Amino acid sequence: MGGWVRAICAPTDLLLRDNSRRQIACRFGEKRHRRYTFSMPITSILKLEIERVSILDEHGNYDEKLGAGLIPDADLVKLYEAMSSCRYLDEVAFKLQRSGRMGTYPQNMGQEATSLAAAYVLNKDDWLVTCYRENCGLFWRGIPMESILLHWMGDERGNAMPRAHFATPIAVPIGTQMLHAAGLAWAAKYRGEKQISCTFFGDGATSEGDFHEAANFAANLDLPVVFCCQNNFWAISVPGRIQCSAPTVAQRGIAYGMPVVQVDGNDIFACAYAVKQAAARAREESRPTFIEMVTYRLGDHTTADDARRYRDQAEVDVWKERDPLLRTRNLLERKKLWNSSKQEVMQARIEIEVAAAVARAEEIVAPEVSDVFNHTFAELSADLAHQRDMMQTHSLASQAPVAAKGH
Amino acid sequence: MANLNLVQAINLALIQEMERDERVLLLGEDVGPNGGVFRVTEGLHKRFGARRVVDTPLAESGIIGTSIGLAMAGLRPIPEIQFDGFLGPAYDQICSHAARMRTRTRGTITIPLTIRVPVGGGIHAPELHSDSPETIYCHQPGLKVVMPSSPYDAKGLLISAIRDPDPVIFFEPKRIYRAYREEVPEDEYTIPIGKARIVCEGTDLTVISWGASVLQCMESIEKSSRSIELIDLRTIYPMDLDAIETSVKKTGRCVVVHEAPRTGGMGAEVAAQIMERCFLYLEAPVQRVTGFDTIMPYYKLELNYMPDAARISGAIDAALSF
Repeated sequence: MGGWVRAICAPTDLLLRDNSRRQIACRFGEKRHRRYTFSMPITSILKLEIERVSILDEHGNYDEKLGAGLIPDADLVKLYEAMSSCRYLDEVAFKLQRSGRMGTYPQNMGQEATSLAAAYVLNKDDWLVTCYRENCGLFWRGIPMESILLHWMGDERGNAMPRAHFATPIAVPIGTQMLHAAGLAWAAKYRGEKQISCTFFGDGATSEGDFHEAANFAANLDLPVVFCCQNNFWAISVPGRIQCSAPTVAQRGIAYGMPVVQVDGNDIFACAYAVKQAAARAREESRPTFIEMVTYRLGDHTTADDARRYRDQAEVDVWKERDPLLRTRNLLERKKLWNSSKQEVMQARIEIEVAAAVARAEEIVAPEVSDVFNHTFAELSADLAHQRDMMQTHSLASQAPVAAKGH
Repeated sequence: MANLNLVQAINLALIQEMERDERVLLLGEDVGPNGGVFRVTEGLHKRFGARRVVDTPLAESGIIGTSIGLAMAGLRPIPEIQFDGFLGPAYDQICSHAARMRTRTRGTITIPLTIRVPVGGGIHAPELHSDSPETIYCHQPGLKVVMPSSPYDAKGLLISAIRDPDPVIFFEPKRIYRAYREEVPEDEYTIPIGKARIVCEGTDLTVISWGASVLQCMESIEKSSRSIELIDLRTIYPMDLDAIETSVKKTGRCVVVHEAPRTGGMGAEVAAQIMERCFLYLEAPVQRVTGFDTIMPYYKLELNYMPDAARISGAIDAALSF
């Protein structure tokens, strides 16, 4: 390894041969213009090349040159702590669900580096438009841990993202939020601001029509969007090959005429590198980029799922070796920035912090019944007020004392 | 005052709101230099430029989904969906996001959005160009659904919709886009969303309708020798229940008329509300004159499908003679 790993990701039989002067190279970073050729009889008109970026791999290889200046050592320690904290929250959340203290919860395990790298690299007022496996990035942005817990505890107030965080709520329907990212970026462009949007979604989401519409709108209307696809290989039980028959997910972006790149999604440096480059392009040139972040869902889809039904443990074990936390810790140790005693101190602190967040979330009393009605519209209509009174006076649930805690 | 048809009244409302508020922008298929397939946005691209009147890719979900993003950022997008039957691809964005965002975020993110949609039959159009899907969107909490029946109302209601803090689907009855003209003030004015209009007062029976069907109701009422009150709901959700209640308590008889299919249509909701509010005042069962529970036929038979004056008169007679 070392430096750029360049790969022609499509098998040669899928590529038109490079035998024409009029071929259009579609490489990372190059603006594409549509051209037509009228030469006879058969000419190659398009050659595709996709670059893959890896800076810190699972074997400990680290590319000093590419990594230089990307993440200062002090920040790397903080990023490692952020990933560790998010990982521990996953463990606690799983137990909360199993003990009936929380509803269905999607673990983020194994995918912490992707969104964290983006949140780290982006400006604080760039929109983060996520789905539900980007806790680490949202926490870095400043979303309180108890908000995420509260949301999965069945309380909309967990989704009341303060405007100052420039984060959209957790998006449950798959693959719909990328259009909002395109619209948010469009609004910034409309106002002449340098704000951009960065959206996250899975490989399964690229099967949804809205992904294709979002990519098409962003590319054609020159919108400053960074599309981050977390290719985690599994959409619940359906493997990636059923979502996309092409050799890469990245090339889906090429189809819309935007620069693309594939990165090692468990490598926080590679993710940061790609998002930084894409964000600069969005900000300076008002153009979108598609980043395929190859990662792996180490946990079940949610607590309602059991991945043992459809995938081999051997596959999971391979990816456990590629864990973003492991390799980041190893690098920190090699740099003499980390050791087992620091790990112990951090772990103790994280456990206290997560326990405190859980306590804060559980202490939040269920909303008033009127809350169901009060946010349907800006103003409550007379008929909705009437319905609210019906719920308050006639529903058994409304007459029961509200439990202060969810268990 | 200007003598305008419905298309011109909407066009004027768009111009005035765009001049008044920099946050307002139009987007959709063919809304740019072409001025929209019905020419509702005629001249706006030239007047306001490509930044504010935007031709988008041909993708309804994309049009609404990006509009939601624009609205989340505080702008006031007005997307156009070219025909009623093409709302389907945008259904998910409308109902899963536009309608729910305020509730989902407890008001921290809201969607001030006006979706303009030509609606209904009667123009000899192909399949999926003549549907009346308003009930579907009335049933989705979080949406307001408006359908004017006159140029004057169209202008005032559209301005209210654009200024509304919540998503509004603004259905434009395409059959009467150019059916007639009336005096429309050149100054801006608003008509409140949720308020019905008493088209004509009467004491024997109440006819309730909205959109282009209001004109068929008027035709029927003009032929009647009885004193009939006509209510144009103007806003289908939230419905002006007080206006319905006041009128039906006075007349004791009601006919509700709409072009959309019968079962579960908003006529059923009107009838249920009357049962709850006016039961002891009723002299006859509420009559419905509606489209049918069939696919809207191609245009050779579309007039058989849509309520006409004869069917409305039949229902009025049935209610009066009960």
